[in-house]
Amino acid sequence: MSPREALRVALQAIVANRLRSFLTTLGVVIGVMSVVLLVSIGQGARAEITGAIEGLGSNLLFVLPGDGDFGGPPARSEFTLEDVDALERALPGAGPRVSGQVLGTEPVSADGERVVTSVYGVSAGHEIVVDRAIARGQGFIVSDVVAARRIAIVGADVAESLFGDLDPIGRSVTIGGSRYRIVGVLERVGSSAFGQSPDRDVLVPITAGLRLLSVSNVDTIFVRADTAASIPDDVALIERVLSQRHEADEFSVFTQEEIVGVIDTILTILTFFLGAIAGISLLVGGVGVSNIMLVSVSERTREIGLRKALGARTRDVTTQFLLEAVALTGLGGVIGLGLGVGLGRIVAAFSPVPAEVTTWSVVLALGVSTLVGLVFGVLPARRAGRLDPVEALRHD
Amino acid sequence: MAAATEPTGSTGATLLEAEGVERVYRMGADVEVRALKGVTFRVDEGDYVAIVGSSGSGKSTLLNLIGALDRPDAGHVRYDGRDVREMNDTELADLRNRRIGFVFQSFHLLSRMTALDNVAMPLVYRASSPKERRQRARAALEAVGLGDRMDHRPTELSGGQQQRVAIARALVTEPALLLADEPTGNLDTSTGEEIMALLERIQADRGMALVVITHEPEIAGRAKRRIELRDGLIVSGGVA
Repeated sequence: MSPREALRVALQAIVANRLRSFLTTLGVVIGVMSVVLLVSIGQGARAEITGAIEGLGSNLLFVLPGDGDFGGPPARSEFTLEDVDALERALPGAGPRVSGQVLGTEPVSADGERVVTSVYGVSAGHEIVVDRAIARGQGFIVSDVVAARRIAIVGADVAESLFGDLDPIGRSVTIGGSRYRIVGVLERVGSSAFGQSPDRDVLVPITAGLRLLSVSNVDTIFVRADTAASIPDDVALIERVLSQRHEADEFSVFTQEEIVGVIDTILTILTFFLGAIAGISLLVGGVGVSNIMLVSVSERTREIGLRKALGARTRDVTTQFLLEAVALTGLGGVIGLGLGVGLGRIVAAFSPVPAEVTTWSVVLALGVSTLVGLVFGVLPARRAGRLDPVEALRHD
Repeated sequence: MAAATEPTGSTGATLLEAEGVERVYRMGADVEVRALKGVTFRVDEGDYVAIVGSSGSGKSTLLNLIGALDRPDAGHVRYDGRDVREMNDTELADLRNRRIGFVFQSFHLLSRMTALDNVAMPLVYRASSPKERRQRARAALEAVGLGDRMDHRPTELSGGQQQRVAIARALVTEPALLLADEPTGNLDTSTGEEIMALLERIQADRGMALVVITHEPEIAGRAKRRIELRDGLIVSGGVA
């Protein structure tokens, strides 16, 4: 029997039992749909998060507490303002290049409106270091930090929530019980699916921030390299300065590329696991196919006997049932793929969660569903092929 | 008993030989049923033979053996001089496909297929184009008088019509032997008569051998030769 003929016979049997074929393949449909959908969401998240970090400017260096192993619990920061000053002195150049940052969550209120949001204590010129635009007003200058002035720069959403259409510049807000004067509004970045939107940030001078949050240590230090080429020298310099002041395992320096790489790896693994979990449901679907194919073989025993009497070889019968299983799961794969891609688009359109359908997830889902049919079709197909035609013809 | 010397209407050449054929079924550990105890006979090309016997006589077992659906435990079944016991599964399948056309008591049509597709089914197992298969199936259906029922499904046909479809399916491959197992068993008398007449006409027109297995004496009486089985042995019509 030619492969084309075998496929025709297999499809004919599937069509003859439409409802059962549909129910049988449902497990595969759901499995493939889940793989495609979850992987696309994972991929979308990865693209969005790495994109957000890349948006900080490619020459940015991150000085983080701890030995740089992301596997363990977060390290406690030992950085102080003196470290920030030391780095500033060691890294001369045009404009501000070093910014310390301390982060807390505080209630921010004005005119009876109140939001609870992230408040960052940052060094003078922070917006230049991390490449973030101020839409209106101005950034902090060194004297603001030295004097620990109670002034603030607010994100676009914060300004809108507290003051509506009014110009917030020069107005007062209360942050953690103290009054701050607004000197600037950050340019709108746009929504983010993960974490808090940067448009809800509130910045204060780092000295004021440390006092506000009642802490003495700086969380993170950002350093802007002059050029991409100077990054290795700058990293070496930062490490030299800090190792005079700290133990080696108390700090680590990352380039933006390294941070993106680490996050990319973590999210790729996460995406893979999402896909694998969905893959389990695909496997369960395969078991269902195998089960129904066994029922089908037993129901069609007489047909198998007849076909053998008419000249079907063992191989012809085996091929027929194997192809039927593969056609079932393959069909399920195509339907599941359509649903997965469609749902991914819907999720991307109607929620902040991005979804990016990737070729590899499509190929994998279709390949695996076909493979599932092959693997789980073998047992029923072999049973069909081995049937004794005499017994099979007598079967009722 | 020298059947070969009797007038049989055959064209002469030996199609099928059974020689000392035995078949034993083992039912459980120590129960053996000796269904055939040494059966010898011959079917020539163009022959018309009835194999008769009551239930339990071994005629179904014999049908399976001459149908190449089964192999004997002892003795030989030879087609065109070749021993069935020496053939592998693929060769047996090929033999059934090319040399034998089965007609069953219960028709064995696939209800999800049209009459035409049912008839074309044996051709699927040999190299033939879909177009050729349709042409040959159509010709076979016309030969059994069902040219106007090709697209009907078996459930839309009467019992006699269903058996005609089955006969068309048997002759579409142009086999050397039409092997009919109680072909009238599920039909009323007059329809049974028609079916037998159709089989005989095909046998005569096309020079095919016709072997009919039956327990009905009237049906057996129509054949040119009778082989009677009792308790696994031929009691008349065989070759000693």
